[in-house]
Amino acid sequence: MGSYLPNTKQEQQEMLSEIGRDSFDALFAGIPEEVKVKELHLPSGLSEMETIRTMEELAEKNTIFRHIFRGAGAYHHYIPAIVSSVSSKEEFLTAYTPYQAEISQGILQSIFEYQTMICELTGMDASNASVYDGATAAAEAVAMCRERKRQTAYVSATVNPQVLSVIRTYCYGSGTEVKLVPEKEGVTDQEALAAALDDTSACFYLQQPNYYGIFEDAEALGAAAHKAGAKFIMGCNPIALALMKTPAECGADIAVGEGQPLGLGLSFGGPYLGFMAADARMTRKLPGRIVGETKDRDGRRAFVLTLQAREQHIRREKASSNICSNQALCALKAGVYMAAMGEAGMKQAASLCLSKAHYLQESLAKAGLSLKYEKPFFHEFVTVSDTDPEKILSALEQNGILGGLSIADKEILWCATEMNTKAEIDAAAAVVKEVCGA
Amino acid sequence: MKLIFERGKEGRQCTLLPQCDVPAAEIEIPKRAKPLRLPHLSETEISRHYTELAGQVHGVNNGFYPLGSCTMKYNPKVNEEAAALAGFARIHPLQPEHTVQGALEVLERTEEMLCEITGMDSVTMQPAAGAHGEFTGLLLIKAYHDSRGDHKRTKIIVPDSAHGTNPASASMVGYEVVSIPSGSDGCVDLEKLRAAVGDDTAGLMLTNPNTVGLFDKNIIEITSVIHEAGGLNYYDGANLNAVMGIVRPGDMGFDVVHLNLHKTFSTPHGGGGPGSGPVGCKAFLKEFLPGRQAVCEDGTFSLRKPEHSIGDVKSFYGNFLVVVRAMAYILMLGKEGIPEAAQNAVLNANYMMEKLKALYPPAYDETCMHEFVITLEQMKRENGVTAMDIAKSLLDYGIHPPTMYFPLIVHEALMIEPTETESRETLDEAIRAFGEIYAKAQEDPEAMHEAPVSTYIRRPDEVQAARKPVLRWSFPEDGEQK
Amino acid sequence: MNHPKELKYSKSHEWVKFLDDGTALVGLTDYAQDALGDLVFVNLPETGDEVTAGEAFADVESVKAVSDVFSPLTGTVAEVNEELLDVPEMLNNDPYGAWLIKVENITGQDELLDADAYIQFYESEEA
Repeated sequence: MGSYLPNTKQEQQEMLSEIGRDSFDALFAGIPEEVKVKELHLPSGLSEMETIRTMEELAEKNTIFRHIFRGAGAYHHYIPAIVSSVSSKEEFLTAYTPYQAEISQGILQSIFEYQTMICELTGMDASNASVYDGATAAAEAVAMCRERKRQTAYVSATVNPQVLSVIRTYCYGSGTEVKLVPEKEGVTDQEALAAALDDTSACFYLQQPNYYGIFEDAEALGAAAHKAGAKFIMGCNPIALALMKTPAECGADIAVGEGQPLGLGLSFGGPYLGFMAADARMTRKLPGRIVGETKDRDGRRAFVLTLQAREQHIRREKASSNICSNQALCALKAGVYMAAMGEAGMKQAASLCLSKAHYLQESLAKAGLSLKYEKPFFHEFVTVSDTDPEKILSALEQNGILGGLSIADKEILWCATEMNTKAEIDAAAAVVKEVCGA
Repeated sequence: MKLIFERGKEGRQCTLLPQCDVPAAEIEIPKRAKPLRLPHLSETEISRHYTELAGQVHGVNNGFYPLGSCTMKYNPKVNEEAAALAGFARIHPLQPEHTVQGALEVLERTEEMLCEITGMDSVTMQPAAGAHGEFTGLLLIKAYHDSRGDHKRTKIIVPDSAHGTNPASASMVGYEVVSIPSGSDGCVDLEKLRAAVGDDTAGLMLTNPNTVGLFDKNIIEITSVIHEAGGLNYYDGANLNAVMGIVRPGDMGFDVVHLNLHKTFSTPHGGGGPGSGPVGCKAFLKEFLPGRQAVCEDGTFSLRKPEHSIGDVKSFYGNFLVVVRAMAYILMLGKEGIPEAAQNAVLNANYMMEKLKALYPPAYDETCMHEFVITLEQMKRENGVTAMDIAKSLLDYGIHPPTMYFPLIVHEALMIEPTETESRETLDEAIRAFGEIYAKAQEDPEAMHEAPVSTYIRRPDEVQAARKPVLRWSFPEDGEQK
Repeated sequence: MNHPKELKYSKSHEWVKFLDDGTALVGLTDYAQDALGDLVFVNLPETGDEVTAGEAFADVESVKAVSDVFSPLTGTVAEVNEELLDVPEMLNNDPYGAWLIKVENITGQDELLDADAYIQFYESEEA
């Protein structure tokens, strides 16, 4: 019904005749008749009112949980009001990639600020302007490490299975072999890693904290990778980075991660944000767009997309990545989020996550779910019990609570953040207790 | 203007989070040694900072945006409203299926509508952008050949006029790129194509209309040549806006297609993303699709993993909220609006081309589709004014410049794509601006190199930026910037 | 345009300076740097890599383009000029000081021209 056309039928006709065509058909005369669409089997167009009603009806079929104890790659955090206020500004929302620097300084500067914040967060030297999400960031990082004589990528078995799956898919494309480093009691098996690596190893990928929420001995694992001449990639939770040892301090060559916790909603999985930062020696291998500072012809500070000769539009088949569109608006949100939180706010969020998760874990233990791994964890942990996870989770659901994720027989991966109040945790534990009959 | 790090004062902050209501966890974690240096700002300062930044950005609503190949059409507000609905924005991707029936229905219904528009049998929403879609589509082609034990197919044919992403994507999938030169008409040279195919051909990647804005009328023959050689045809949907509802890739012999929801289906570009690059395929490829597909059985929606899936190309189900926006757009347009949008995109482009023709020669002087390419080669030769100069001059008229220096097969190229959402007055104003710029270029060519004069900054030094990269702000205590 | 008499030149616009110890330096000619415009980065091979006459061994980047550099010699890379990584503008400002690689164990070479023949070659190519 609406196609957002300003020109009336009459104007369209006038324009057609001004350029010597009698109808639209004349414009499409080059298309072979036999393949032209006779009838498009779509519903008839709707008014705006009908459209939004349809969308509202669909949205209402989804359950919005007020109490969420599930993470596993998507985290429920507080998003300051300023974040959506900034990101909904039409200029940021509707502009294209800032190729024309003169009329894109706002976007370019915001990315430059984002890059600086990611460098601060990770301790690394240089950040790109973002990639699609944390999993593709991990896969792109693996690709950065591939060399002629080093074509095997090692990935810890303690990473998020989706991240592993994406790494595998990318490596299927490039012909890189992926080998899994086994886990031992919830963390990467250091001895197995050291034994596996050799002079054909391109890199070792570690998640910190790992899929089970546990802090790995990143420094030692990184040292083992370096000893074999392989690169060390760390995939990090950005909120945890406010407190924990940075990838740079752990000796990582590349730091990546899922930026969703930095002010992006759960959104049924996307859009999210992949952040990527590297050591100075690997900066030029970073995929995607990078903003740099320079001066304009009048000597004013100016920002531009730089190091573009690495990218697909120039290097074509020799480019190491094909990425062009990224998640710029999500990077903007992350920038606003970090600006609003500041160091104190980021640390507070991280500490709250840590404390609430531990309180949740203790409460669940009392309710009958024991901790699977006795190791320091951040805001996720795994419980084990004889009670069927589905029974526990559905009882919680009936009480409006999204419980942890069932990850294996009898095992549940839980998560708590600053969003979970004590009362909420107590209520959840009470439900669990009833089911487990403890 | 100031960087965000140059604003504020130590001690300032926003009050965002509550005090801890549970005992503080006392555990040993590996702690960071370096302080986390983020700005210290009040909300007033943050808000003004970004308002000032936004003032230095030309968005679709700031004026005409004829950026060729990017389809910078108007982004309807109802799409934003739909994406902001809590029932979409606040659901966890790993919620039980029965609690996300509406979201699965969005995926399933959008898939169905995109299948109809493209002539494909199945669509995955997992790819996050056009290039990501290309990568995914090529993986499907690879998986298909591999599944048949046909490992000798190592080459992908790409015309030299293609987007740079095409060869780059092929390389990521381990394919050797065979670039075939375009004919003098800007289209695929059939003889050269026939000479290039063989039993090592994995497939062809093609945009139609192509990057010079022309519909390749030999398309049926082109796709047949590839099929006869045992290869598959990949449709780069970057230019679908010209022909949606008019002709379908699936009917032109294509087996795989990616779409750019952020181009054709009106979702905003966000200053470079997030986009969405769904990939459609014919039935014989659907069991290779990545991720999980939303399916409907007896009114109940669930997720299903394709049997021989290539795996995942991204977490979860792609950029879901972008898909929500596109769905709202397709519902609005419906079967009448979709072809109407294409018709008017093509009309607006031909209208501009005809009106500019006398001063700005098109690289290929025939009916164009949604965009056309002009060449400034002659002007450059005569008075030294380049495509860049013309582009930068447009900035002073409040017009976003066309795509510059692309496609590579046209010298001094400017690629103009007005889109269907621009009124005749806007086109006429732009035509007038182009006319004035032309006159200036004749009278005082030297002055053209000075443009723009009214923008916030003027022609930044990109050489310096690349030779001595400064990729982050350095705090005063860090000393000299590296 | 400056093309020193004591150097040899390839038709792909590299210069070669044969040294007394049997090795040779390879760089980009003044003509090449002028045609390529402001160069911003060079991707160099590693010491020990084999180079083959007529095949690309490096590439140079301008802001908006990347161009292969072809080896006029077959041999082994004895040394690479890492200074260029920090000061890429040398390629433009001092093309004959800005050698890219030193080649040893030279076993073959492309057709090499003297300065006059090289100038004649590119002038005829331009016409």
